Amino acid sequence: MFSILIAAITPADRRLLGNLVAPLEEIFSIPVSVGLKHPLDASFSFNVSRNQFSSTMIISELLEMYEDFDGRVLGVTSGDLFVPVLTYVFGEAQLEGKAAVVSYHRLREEFYGLQPNEGLLEVRLLKEAIHELGHTFGLLHCNNYLCVMHSSTVVEEIDLKTDKLCSECRAKFRGSR
Amino acid sequence: MTINQKIKPSILVVDDELSVRDSLSKWFKEDGYRVGAAENANRALSLMNEGPWDIILLDIKMPGMDGLELQKRLKEIDRSAAIIMVTAFGAVDSAVQALKEGAFDYVTKPVDPEHLTHLVENALRTKKLSDENWRLRQQMSELSGVEEIVGESLQMKKVVDLARTVAQTDTTVMIRGESGTGKEMVARTIHANSSRRYFPIITVNCGAVPETLLESELFGHEKGAFTGAQYRRKGKFEMADGGTIFLDEIGTISQKMQIQLLRVIETKQFTRVGGNEVISSDFRVVCATNRDLEAAITDGSFREDLYYRLNVFTIFIPPLRERRDDIPPLVNHFIRKYATLMNKPAMDVDPGAMGMLIANRWPGNVRELENVIERAMVLAKPPAIRSSDLPFQFSQMQPGNSQPDDSIAGMERVHIARVLEKLNWNITRSAEALGIDRVTLYSKISKYGLKKP
Repeated sequence: MFSILIAAITPADRRLLGNLVAPLEEIFSIPVSVGLKHPLDASFSFNVSRNQFSSTMIISELLEMYEDFDGRVLGVTSGDLFVPVLTYVFGEAQLEGKAAVVSYHRLREEFYGLQPNEGLLEVRLLKEAIHELGHTFGLLHCNNYLCVMHSSTVVEEIDLKTDKLCSECRAKFRGSR
Repeated sequence: MTINQKIKPSILVVDDELSVRDSLSKWFKEDGYRVGAAENANRALSLMNEGPWDIILLDIKMPGMDGLELQKRLKEIDRSAAIIMVTAFGAVDSAVQALKEGAFDYVTKPVDPEHLTHLVENALRTKKLSDENWRLRQQMSELSGVEEIVGESLQMKKVVDLARTVAQTDTTVMIRGESGTGKEMVARTIHANSSRRYFPIITVNCGAVPETLLESELFGHEKGAFTGAQYRRKGKFEMADGGTIFLDEIGTISQKMQIQLLRVIETKQFTRVGGNEVISSDFRVVCATNRDLEAAITDGSFREDLYYRLNVFTIFIPPLRERRDDIPPLVNHFIRKYATLMNKPAMDVDPGAMGMLIANRWPGNVRELENVIERAMVLAKPPAIRSSDLPFQFSQMQPGNSQPDDSIAGMERVHIARVLEKLNWNITRSAEALGIDRVTLYSKISKYGLKKP
């Protein structure tokens, strides 16, 4: 059955992953589960000089791991992600593809020298999870700054947008299904 | 990313590293761009056929042709594409060089996502303004081009055709015609229709500048070159770089200046008065004269070599008296022009006044006609310009006692007036006597402004 699978990538907090299930089911109307396999050890994608993990390599590995899986796979990690030309990314997805990955490394308040805020972290992670999964369903960046598909390059932009698809993106998502 | 256009903006990524091409392509696709990717210069050049690309992200260091060289080639193909150079840390010198050669900006790898997003948005915004500016200039140049030349006669249509044709080349043009026929306007038409139209057209009236100052006027001077030269000054040839220099009244320049001019036209190089630096300028020469240059060559006052250098393509503008068909449209054109300038309603011309205007010899050509209409617009009361609004010499030109000119139209006007008077304005008999039908006679009466006493 077509579903969304959340895959833990070490190091990752499984509690945060579990909290994503219900809201993702609500927004996509697709069954969501947390993978039972061992968490993916992402050390193979670690770049020593950058002290970051390659999101592109992680996506390749997820595709291999879940080759027979019918649905979408979302990797979640606390490691800092990069693509070669950019200093960092919050996540990466295959446009109209099977796999995506998000990092909550830069979603934590501590990263910016502030006090930890678990509630805010959960909300930010949910928004980025919906955003990257949205790409896997063919959604592009949206002009509506409140839409979860609005592009966010800094954490303040993530806070500004909602965790909902705008009506236009919702229609496109329904069309893709 | 704010993209709200029906036509997707496009980005071409040129980088020899697959991972860079892929990540940038994916990044921009998610933003809704049309994305192309090339791994080397040759592929990038071939992808230009699939353009136009709004933005080109160009790796500065690639095997084979590097980014700097490729930038030049890409700009030759599409000047409007915004090129953003992508450099590795430490290659800033090359990036600065790229900026000097017209790149929009540069980024150092790895680039901050927010910076890249803003940079691309800025590049698109700037390109949009630049494209809009180009379109407006194009429209303006079309509006201020051949439309300015008013004329329905076959002779003037031929002049406009010749101007348009020669405009597409860089050939030196000589425009000949009597004073006031509109030689500068034809020069401007040539410039406005040429590929140089976005650069200036510089006019030098060689006859109006004293001989002693012409050299400085044309070539510029250095500070202290002569008494009163307090600052360095660019000459007209330098100012015309990329554009056109229009040398009016070329027949009046001295022998010494003729030699200098010949050298400059041949080499496109000169030095400022009092200076040593050799200056190069890319200009096109259009010149004009109302002088008989062939006679001037015979009497030795004009150099034959300069004549042949300038007289590559000649456009001859006939005097107004040889193209009287142009007078009514010119009159209407000047009425509209001065009505706007004087904030008056556009007026008609009564047939009598128009007849006088058509019949005049116009020794001062279009310039004289314009002055007459300007004066008439001051005097005339709506709704029409009447004979009494025309200068004194016109109001004396009543049918039958006007001073005929030597033109066929002038002779015809006098002859028709005489026949009409003799036959007591009996149209049928007059038409028979003239050997034309009544409709033609009415038309000629109207054309020449003849009135029954």
